Amino acid sequence: MCLGIPGQIVAITDAGRMMALADVSGVKREVNVACVAEGPLEALVGHWALIHVGFAMSLIDEDEAARTLEALRDLGEAQETLAQMAEGAAALEGRA
Amino acid sequence: MKFASEFRDPALAKGLLAEIAKLAEQIGATREKPVHIMEICGGHTHSIFRYGLDKLIHEGIEFIHGPGCPVCVLPRARVDECIEMAERPEVIFTTFGDAMRVPGSKLSLLQAKAAGADIRMVYSPLDALELARRNPGREVVFFGLGFETTTPSTALAIQQAAREGLTNFSVFCNHITVPEPIKALLDDPYMMLDGFIGPGHVSMVIGIHPYDFIAQDYGKPLVVAGFEPTDLLQSVLMVLRQIAEGRAAVENQYARVVPEHGNKVSLAAIADVYERRPSFEWRGLGEIDASGLRIRPAYRAYDAEEKFGIGYAGKRAEVEEAEGCACGAVMTGRMKPVACPQFGKGCTPEMPLGALMVSSEGACAAYWQYGGARAAE
Repeated sequence: MCLGIPGQIVAITDAGRMMALADVSGVKREVNVACVAEGPLEALVGHWALIHVGFAMSLIDEDEAARTLEALRDLGEAQETLAQMAEGAAALEGRA
Repeated sequence: MKFASEFRDPALAKGLLAEIAKLAEQIGATREKPVHIMEICGGHTHSIFRYGLDKLIHEGIEFIHGPGCPVCVLPRARVDECIEMAERPEVIFTTFGDAMRVPGSKLSLLQAKAAGADIRMVYSPLDALELARRNPGREVVFFGLGFETTTPSTALAIQQAAREGLTNFSVFCNHITVPEPIKALLDDPYMMLDGFIGPGHVSMVIGIHPYDFIAQDYGKPLVVAGFEPTDLLQSVLMVLRQIAEGRAAVENQYARVVPEHGNKVSLAAIADVYERRPSFEWRGLGEIDASGLRIRPAYRAYDAEEKFGIGYAGKRAEVEEAEGCACGAVMTGRMKPVACPQFGKGCTPEMPLGALMVSSEGACAAYWQYGGARAAE
């Protein structure tokens, strides 16, 4: 929960709530983009961001995203975060 | 040494290690009289062990592992209070998975869940908000835990709940801040710290200036660092350069992610929702002035302490730490994890006695995971 994970913003899902869909290592997850929104939200689509417990906290370039993801995989943090995303989805259904 | 396979850029790592060794010699750092550098963030501790940087680096450099693992500094009384709330039939208690195995005085959240409490691991406070929307007949409590990296997420979730007029969502706020415990450590006459590696993702939120007092008032260098092994080596080198040149400043090795003044939206949300508590209790460190946050009166309806009369809002339960647990001494750098009498005996990642063994970012768990052989040395 302390380290962010890179994800690519692929669509805006709810502009009112500042929500977007992000692709995090192949897993699609809704994230809040309030902290990185400057101007129209649509402009964020395609950008990479460091995502922290469901909130995009900083825009980063693709190379930085790849390097960070590699470092997080090495530490086992990326796998842990993806498992937590799955748990979060299960919790909503009352399955966890 | 598995340089080629372990490091993305082995030549760069080797070059940095050589430069560090040269500077260490120049300032007279030896195994007997080392330069003590504290890495504040648990993620950095994890990275140092993962890559064995403490073994690869010149013997005159000693890493002291700081208090930057939020579940590791969580007192047992807080876990007990979580369980007290979770055991209410109307409550769905939600938490980051990291907190599930932290021992309370009797049970961990994981054990309380097994015993029937409705405790759910979520990835984000947004999941807790969604649970509140879907379960209007239940009280959804989120365990707000962590340093400045997670604080904006709960602040924004509370603001969102207020906008929607949700009445069944609250946060048990145990957010803590990084700069205050560092001040407490610097004020401790037994601490021998020569410089700091500053946290990366916390600084992405707060910027680099909240650390200015470390350089200005205490004369110690601090370098904000990224998480790759070469980021850490580069940062150690920057700290050593300052020491060699007889200066102390706050520098940013991780400028590609950390803006000088932090993230404006996050800081505004934190300031809107939270205020400082006069003091807050840290496991192993005791009460530290102004080191914790609470929810402002304007958002009282979302404050689980107020809603359930618990924690700092109610009568605070003093809970002693487990007998024989040396987490406090380890956390202040006075004791290495392997020197704790419980290490690997009464305390393992499977059955943790102290919180430092729970999280992968805790110093004890890092020693255990990467230093099994080392522990026996």
